Amino acid sequence: MAVSSLVTRYASLVTGHIRYNFPPLRSIKESYVSDLSSVTAVLEEPARGGRAPVVNDLTIHVATVNGSGSQSSNSVLMRSIFQMGVPVSGKNMFPSNIAGLPTWFTIRANKDGWTARKREVDVMVCMNAQTAKEDVEALDPGALCIYDAPLNCKAIRNDIVFFEVPFAKLAGELTPDSRLRKLLTNMIYVGIIAELIGIDREEINGALNKQFKGKTKAIEPNVQAIDKGMEFARSSLPSQNRWRIERMNKTAGKIIIDGNAAAAIGAMFGGVTVVTWYPITPSSSLCESLIDYLKQHRIEKDGKATFAVVQAEDELAAVGMVLGAGWAGARSMTSTAGPGISLMAEFIGLGYFAEIPGVIWDIQRVGPSTGLPTRTAQGDVNQVALLSHGDTQHIVLIPSSVSECFDFASEALDLAEQFQTPIFVLSDLDLGMNNWMSDPFVYPEKPITRGKVLTKEKLTELNGKWGRYADVDGDGIPWRTLPGTDHPFASYFTRGSGHDTQARYSEKPEDYKALVDRLKKKYETAKQYVPKPAVDIRDGAKIGFIAYGTTDFALEEARHQLLSERSIETSYFRLRALPFTEELRDFVATHDRVYVVEQNRDGQMGDLIRLELGEDQRKIRKVLHYIGLPCDARFITNEVLRMEA
Amino acid sequence: MDSVLKTGTAEAPKENRIGLKSSDYQGGKSTLCAGCGHDAISNQIVRAFYEMSIKPESVAKFSGIGCSSKTPAYFMQRSHGFNTVHGRMPAVATGAMLANHRLMGIGVSGDGDTASIGLGQFMHMVRRNIPMIYIIENNGVYGLTKGQFSATADEGSKLKTGVVNDLHPMDLCALAVQLGCGFVARGFAGDPKQMINILKASIAHDGMAVIDVISPCVTFNNHEGSTKGYQYSKDHQELLHQIGFVQSYEQIEVDYEPGTVKEVEMHDGSKILLKKLEEDYDASSPIEALKRLHRAEEEGQMLTGLVHLNPQKKSFISLLNVTDDVLATLPLERTRPPKEALAKIMKDLM
Repeated sequence: MAVSSLVTRYASLVTGHIRYNFPPLRSIKESYVSDLSSVTAVLEEPARGGRAPVVNDLTIHVATVNGSGSQSSNSVLMRSIFQMGVPVSGKNMFPSNIAGLPTWFTIRANKDGWTARKREVDVMVCMNAQTAKEDVEALDPGALCIYDAPLNCKAIRNDIVFFEVPFAKLAGELTPDSRLRKLLTNMIYVGIIAELIGIDREEINGALNKQFKGKTKAIEPNVQAIDKGMEFARSSLPSQNRWRIERMNKTAGKIIIDGNAAAAIGAMFGGVTVVTWYPITPSSSLCESLIDYLKQHRIEKDGKATFAVVQAEDELAAVGMVLGAGWAGARSMTSTAGPGISLMAEFIGLGYFAEIPGVIWDIQRVGPSTGLPTRTAQGDVNQVALLSHGDTQHIVLIPSSVSECFDFASEALDLAEQFQTPIFVLSDLDLGMNNWMSDPFVYPEKPITRGKVLTKEKLTELNGKWGRYADVDGDGIPWRTLPGTDHPFASYFTRGSGHDTQARYSEKPEDYKALVDRLKKKYETAKQYVPKPAVDIRDGAKIGFIAYGTTDFALEEARHQLLSERSIETSYFRLRALPFTEELRDFVATHDRVYVVEQNRDGQMGDLIRLELGEDQRKIRKVLHYIGLPCDARFITNEVLRMEA
Repeated sequence: MDSVLKTGTAEAPKENRIGLKSSDYQGGKSTLCAGCGHDAISNQIVRAFYEMSIKPESVAKFSGIGCSSKTPAYFMQRSHGFNTVHGRMPAVATGAMLANHRLMGIGVSGDGDTASIGLGQFMHMVRRNIPMIYIIENNGVYGLTKGQFSATADEGSKLKTGVVNDLHPMDLCALAVQLGCGFVARGFAGDPKQMINILKASIAHDGMAVIDVISPCVTFNNHEGSTKGYQYSKDHQELLHQIGFVQSYEQIEVDYEPGTVKEVEMHDGSKILLKKLEEDYDASSPIEALKRLHRAEEEGQMLTGLVHLNPQKKSFISLLNVTDDVLATLPLERTRPPKEALAKIMKDLM
């Protein structure tokens, strides 16, 4: 039984609405929550019985078998709600398997725009015999459960509202084709849910059209399946008035996209030219989307490509190609997950030491080792921050939303060339593979940065006198030339071994020290250029939060819970990059206790923050969520209340 | 028997066709052991690029780790060079060639770097047919770590310490042929005349050229009992053919008996001439190449020459269909799609 029965589930809707003042990049969520005064649903207490319906605030959890084609149905359901104007998110919890293992899809619709994972399930759809018992047992009393008749879920407990559906019979009435029947079965539950919670038929048709890209042949049988489900719900199921979706206007003009596709679009508009990759969950879809977009938008009139993509033989080769391309002047990138990052360690050291640009996206999954390949975590922080033997420190960008995936994709390519070093972008499975609502991405108007490159003309001006690793500008960033530059003094020799300012081999103590000290200085310079944290300081708040990446969604909701339920005002520092910038110390200094909330066991970022802080490190407390599922708000709220007690 | 086919009598001029001197192709001073086979190869690389009039600024040199991988610092210092990490030169070179396909790439590796730690990357690079020259300076030992056997050491070969190699050697030429390489040759550092012709031919080849060069390690593998030393190699060298190379602007000034010389025309109009010796070897057949390599191994021959040649094979760059301009320096207007493109993508996601 879920622990949430201890919690006043709906209290957050009733009291203490505040107008949030988010930093600029938070415009998406701001648009959800800036109009909280319009919230009308009033639930005095969450007891059972005759109550007003909960409008536009529900979680639908669908349990199926992977490979059964439920993805399309779930997308249609989610998109229909989205088209009703209700903020929505969709999370796929899937196994590392092709077909036959349990998979779940969770849709959270929330009028206030809270789209983090929520533990409590309101509407359960049980289609999978393997998990039906567990799925039903995990529900809170009073939840609604639609289940496939043979599963006989109603026998499991008696405090759930059960709706039994003979899916096989209904699907059998639609088609004699057994394969199609399987797919249509999933569409039938879409029709049933739509009828039960009040989704407009018109919006479902729109969503179907979108899902099947206007192909009538594909759409038609699905329309019939949805009709079938709706008709069955009308004629054979009792109506329910507990959860309703009603039309509102919070999604007009918004897009739905996953973070990997957003990153791909960002990279394409960021002028990426060489892309290398090795398939690994959950990052594969980043480069796969990128290939699709590049083929559509980066083939010139003569049919030739302004990009090169290579599926490498492994992650070692992928990052080696990225560095080779970066060395030769391309804007190059790869994407991978933790196991790939582990393999890349040696090359990253070379990139850092020989000062070669390149971008590496890490779509984090649960480690160590193979770990849980299809579950989410933020466990690669330490690894990417310091990857390689010897003294290394890397610039890391940490997007929290799909729009930041878009922005940081080109930002990372810029920083790589500006700082001549590998740049990591740390995303995760939740952000990368799940569906998020967002404002449309803004076209990048600013020209790209190509960094300090000496051309043939500049070399002539300098009479060929230059040093590849000389710090002529005092910022730790040297000048480079690209191979192929037509000047007799353009060349230099790149090596991962010790070198002097002229790129000559050197093992001299003073040369080595000067080199690594300059690299440190370069890292210091980066503090002025990496994305600044998004800081929200509240008057009188004694508690501060620090979080990054996808924890943001749950954290904002938890802050709302703390304020509305406990009148605890909190400040929030959303970290968007490494190295840490000066704002970090200031933030910690102005609060009594600072909770670093992250999704790993050891509080990796918390440790890096402690190292950075000195005296103030005693203020740091850790809230750690590491079960493979995205962090939820209630977890954070409970943990903070426990530690505050 | 001379490994080289005479094609003319003209003396080499003091300057090449782009007005550069041989000294413009020199590199830094070698720090390898005196008499190292690798230095002999570096000298032939300098000569080949000079005589082929390749602008050094258009060349990119790559290597992995090991004695051989140090050598790009010892030739053509007007070319950019990249001494990468152990066994990973193929990936770096691939990335660089994609970024700028107008570069002429030359990679130098060793038998440890290629046949052991870098075998996977080597094989995939061959499979992709990256258009560059890949030289393996093959001495059967790890020199920098002071004389351990490598994976190309012959069965029965003996280390100075008396340790005998009882594992089967890896034949990198056979491997390259099997993976579809369009230019596979084996040379010998002690036969510079053959080497220069192989190198020139490899420069003319549009695709990956794998050249396995037996390059004795004078310090760790040149003693009695070694099968990769100078004396052993000289005694066991077996020529597939006499090889000649004629540039597109040159005339063949020597007449040959009809039917004894095969001419293969390369992309740039140059010609490779192969003169039949005792056997009539068909370098265009990968099957014959594999058979002949296998027989050489059984009979203890060090087979040298152009093992396999197929100049028609498409390179990876042409398969990718990338623009003729250099990707690395494309202007933003060609790499950032217009505003309408983003608007359309966004609309599709609404």
